[in-house]
Amino acid sequence: MKKHLLSINDLTAEDVVRILDTAESFREVGTRVIKKVPALRGRTVVNLFYENSTRTRISFELAAKRLSADVINFSTGGSSVAKGESLKDTALTLQAMGADAIVIRHSSSGSPHQLTKWVKASVLNAGDGTHEHPTQALLDLYTIRERLGRIEGLRAAIIGDVLHSRVARSLSFGLVKMGAEVTLVGPPTLIPPEAPAWGVQVSHDIDSVLPKLDVCYMLRVQRERQRQQYFPSVREYSRLFGLTRERVGALPEGALIMHPGPMNRGIEIDSDVADLPQAVIEAQVTNGIAIRMSLLYLLLGGTGEEVGEVA
Amino acid sequence: MGVRLMDQAEIRRAVTRIAHEILERNKGAGEIALVGIAARGDDLARRLAEEIARIEGVKVPVGVLDITFYRDDIGLRAEAPEVKETRIGFDVSERTVVLVDDVLFTGRTIRSAMDALMDMGRPSVIQLAVLVDRGHRELPIRADFVGKNVPTQTDDLVGVRLEETDGEDAVVMEEPR
Repeated sequence: MKKHLLSINDLTAEDVVRILDTAESFREVGTRVIKKVPALRGRTVVNLFYENSTRTRISFELAAKRLSADVINFSTGGSSVAKGESLKDTALTLQAMGADAIVIRHSSSGSPHQLTKWVKASVLNAGDGTHEHPTQALLDLYTIRERLGRIEGLRAAIIGDVLHSRVARSLSFGLVKMGAEVTLVGPPTLIPPEAPAWGVQVSHDIDSVLPKLDVCYMLRVQRERQRQQYFPSVREYSRLFGLTRERVGALPEGALIMHPGPMNRGIEIDSDVADLPQAVIEAQVTNGIAIRMSLLYLLLGGTGEEVGEVA
Repeated sequence: MGVRLMDQAEIRRAVTRIAHEILERNKGAGEIALVGIAARGDDLARRLAEEIARIEGVKVPVGVLDITFYRDDIGLRAEAPEVKETRIGFDVSERTVVLVDDVLFTGRTIRSAMDALMDMGRPSVIQLAVLVDRGHRELPIRADFVGKNVPTQTDDLVGVRLEETDGEDAVVMEEPR
């Protein structure tokens, strides 16, 4: 494995399997009375969040704490960033304080990559602009494998605002890498024109796609984008692309319903649909901790020297 | 190549003897649980459980423990050590837990295993059974039940091969290359 996790494309299929298998062991740790192991004692993990994200930050924080690492949460409000400090100076400060890993969330695509040029610590991308969110994709892959026993050969649809979704990009790359068939579904304005180059299908008709699926992955409608006229109205969007109670009936038996959260109940997903047994949204959250423990362990558990392929 | 220290029959007799010793020391199988350290310690633990069932007619619970997260050398090697499975389907509290491993060497694995067990509950007693004790302890740890004591050089390689994992039963010593 490489030293940093910036994109799903930094990983080989074997790396992904190793991350998921290691996460399996951390799931077991999560069932113990003492849900904590001493693996990363003495290491320091910094959560550097330039965008608000309660769930991802808490998940990383818990993951690091359950590995016995020390965790520092650095969010931009009320910090030196509010006083005008640049990303580079913040990075150098964290470096000088001895951070072993920096988990970064930033509104600019590519900032985690930039960060790797300035610090010796491992950098984990916790979401950068509209680029990628690799840990979300990995926890989704884990959840799919856990529930359906495999990823290869499955048919998945990612439905909604693909254009602005780093989750959709990372998950598409991950699913394709692991041999699943992916269809992106949404209004033409919200499907990026380069999408076919990712190795995925594109459709604008949710009803023709649903009956063939093993995994139905709903994306959050980013209502803040609505002002920019990507779709005429939230109501119309909901009617054309929302996962309603009626549409769930079109899904094959055993198909999973997934959502990265936070959900807009009643817009992209009906409220009672989100609570169905085949909706694994809470499992995604639980598995997120195990996946992040796995990544922190694999990235920080070695000396960090680049080594060849794992035997 | 390599010196054969134990063959299949010797391993079988050692396991049988250790099973008897565990029962004798603990006055029966009542509170006993066996926890094998992955890999191969769990194979031995299952064999001991079979022997105990044959001798005493009692099925003792068997678990498998991976100590990777408790190692004292994480971050000292190029790659993070590979993680194996932990599966202990019973509460270790108030039990006599017999840790089972293939080779006792520096004692560091056993230290890690005891820490891991303590995080899962509070065993009333922890004992240690090993197939081979090759000496060179780096921590104040000793085994309660030993299959065979083998004098070695620090850099000798002692390998336990078991049917379940390796397709044959043998203990082999190789000199360093």
